[in-house]
Amino acid sequence: MSFFRAEDITISFGGIRALSQVGFEVRQGEIFAIIGPNGAGKTTIFNCINRFYDLDEGAFFLEDKDISRIKPHEVAEIGIARTFQNIELFKNTTVLDNLILGQHRSRRSNLFTETLFTPFVRKQEIRGREKAEEIIDFLELEAYREQRVINLPYGVQKTVELGRALAMEPKLLLLDEPSSGLNVEEAEDLSFWMNDIKEELGITILLVEHNMRFVQQVSDRVLALDFGEVITQGSSQDVLNHPEVMKAYLGEEDAVA
Amino acid sequence: MRFIMKTDYYQDIRLFKYRSTFFWYLALVIGCLMLPLGLDEYLISQLTFICMYAVAAVGLMLLTGYTGQVSMGHAAFFAIGSYTSAILTAKGVPFLAALPAAGLLAGLVGIVIGRPILHLSGLYLAIATMGFAFIVDEILVRWESMTRGNMGYYVDPAAIGPLVFDSEIRFYYLALVVLILTLLAARNILRSPTGRAMIAIRDSEVAAEAMGINPAKFKTMAFAVSAFFTGIAGSLYAHKIFFINPESYTIFLSIELLAMVIIGGLGSLHGAVFGAAFFIFLPQFIVMTKDYLPQYLQNQTGLQPALFGLLIILVMLFEPLGIYGRWLKTKFYFEMFPLYRKDSFKREKKYQKAERR
Repeated sequence: MSFFRAEDITISFGGIRALSQVGFEVRQGEIFAIIGPNGAGKTTIFNCINRFYDLDEGAFFLEDKDISRIKPHEVAEIGIARTFQNIELFKNTTVLDNLILGQHRSRRSNLFTETLFTPFVRKQEIRGREKAEEIIDFLELEAYREQRVINLPYGVQKTVELGRALAMEPKLLLLDEPSSGLNVEEAEDLSFWMNDIKEELGITILLVEHNMRFVQQVSDRVLALDFGEVITQGSSQDVLNHPEVMKAYLGEEDAVA
Repeated sequence: MRFIMKTDYYQDIRLFKYRSTFFWYLALVIGCLMLPLGLDEYLISQLTFICMYAVAAVGLMLLTGYTGQVSMGHAAFFAIGSYTSAILTAKGVPFLAALPAAGLLAGLVGIVIGRPILHLSGLYLAIATMGFAFIVDEILVRWESMTRGNMGYYVDPAAIGPLVFDSEIRFYYLALVVLILTLLAARNILRSPTGRAMIAIRDSEVAAEAMGINPAKFKTMAFAVSAFFTGIAGSLYAHKIFFINPESYTIFLSIELLAMVIIGGLGSLHGAVFGAAFFIFLPQFIVMTKDYLPQYLQNQTGLQPALFGLLIILVMLFEPLGIYGRWLKTKFYFEMFPLYRKDSFKREKKYQKAERR
């Protein structure tokens, strides 16, 4: 049984093939990175998993179940959480509210009980805050708990977004360029957290990344993409030193010489 | 600025953040209860209108201010509420059942209409809802056997058991109670998952969807709840003025409701009430202060609408966050006194612009 699998993913926009016949497998409990130059189709893979785009061919499987025909909001329900390349937080609410919103799929109340704010709803709200507090503790967000997201610095917003995804208690966590825009120190923190997420919380991570140093630091295995096609995949050391990958990033050797 | 030391998660959730807030609201409610004692009938009736429109504005605020969906068709829900209540009470249904029935029917129509059109957004949604309002208006005119068309419909005074709300002061209390219940219900929704999901959809629909929030479902729900409250307000309206005809529910009413929530301040329940008060009270205020204006201005025709329009423009120009924004700033001024500066709010904005993004 495979944990998460992509089989022959193909999608085109107009005449442009964004992804063609891409296949890979993510093992449970590992950190798997997708790398590639701009426009290689990395984020497109995430948007396909999230069902924001319809696949032309191929399918995704989570624990051998085909998940490429479900509705976008059901992706969260089966245990896949994600962050976005350009932060997509709920800007006008507090950090706490964002973290509680991440737990939306555990909502058991309905409009009627909520209007009356029954003791059950109150208990649910308190439980939500307890869980949010664990995440605040984990990501060291104590100082920002009550602050509105819009007033927070960029690095903190990124962390809050990671926290919101963790609040969903996912099986698989998709991180879209988690280190972009972070300074060296923030990126260090992030790589520690990602290790903790893997080791302590047992969440499998699939990430898209530009920063090679960061990829080398955190990931177990890597897939390299260029122009929507797989160049190579394997352990991070092998892939990062692969001649084709070097070529995709640095251009032809002749041109340099 | 006050900081409270929280020792319990319930402190986050409760209705009143500080004990003092509770007493202020209590004082406000007592004030509202005492108010009619010193006022004449006409002013009491104006207060009633404020309560009534505030109920509708709270409804629209949930949809526009919290869920981010613009509606220019709320006059239709107001009308549905009015007619449902009027027809039901005429058929002998007690007012206490007709009032929620008016809200429920408006809500039901909200679901039926909302479901197909809510994937539109912004101006497109506004125009679609406007189209819906035109249809309802036409039905009210044509369905004479039920609504008596342009002849209009005489409405019985509201009554709960032997208590008949036929005097201004009694009806004011009724409207006030309904407003308080509406505010409580809205507050409860906003502090539960549904309210948060609505705000999430407003702030980022993709992210909401990635959190497992079904946008279609929650938008429709917001539309239905919004229509429910507006229908309730419509029911009160019918029993307040005793005579309704389709002309009371034109596009102008829809726009007025929308203006109320925007002027009051989008995204706050206070704003809905402030907006309603602004709209009802300001024209009265202009009339009352007219006597103090120079003679040649006093007799100018169209003075009141012109001044009213001017004031709306001024509010929008100088307080984009609406009256509630001004209220917050005033509060902040007194809390920070004497440290408040003219730029207290500006600086934060400039600082944000310098941030990495």
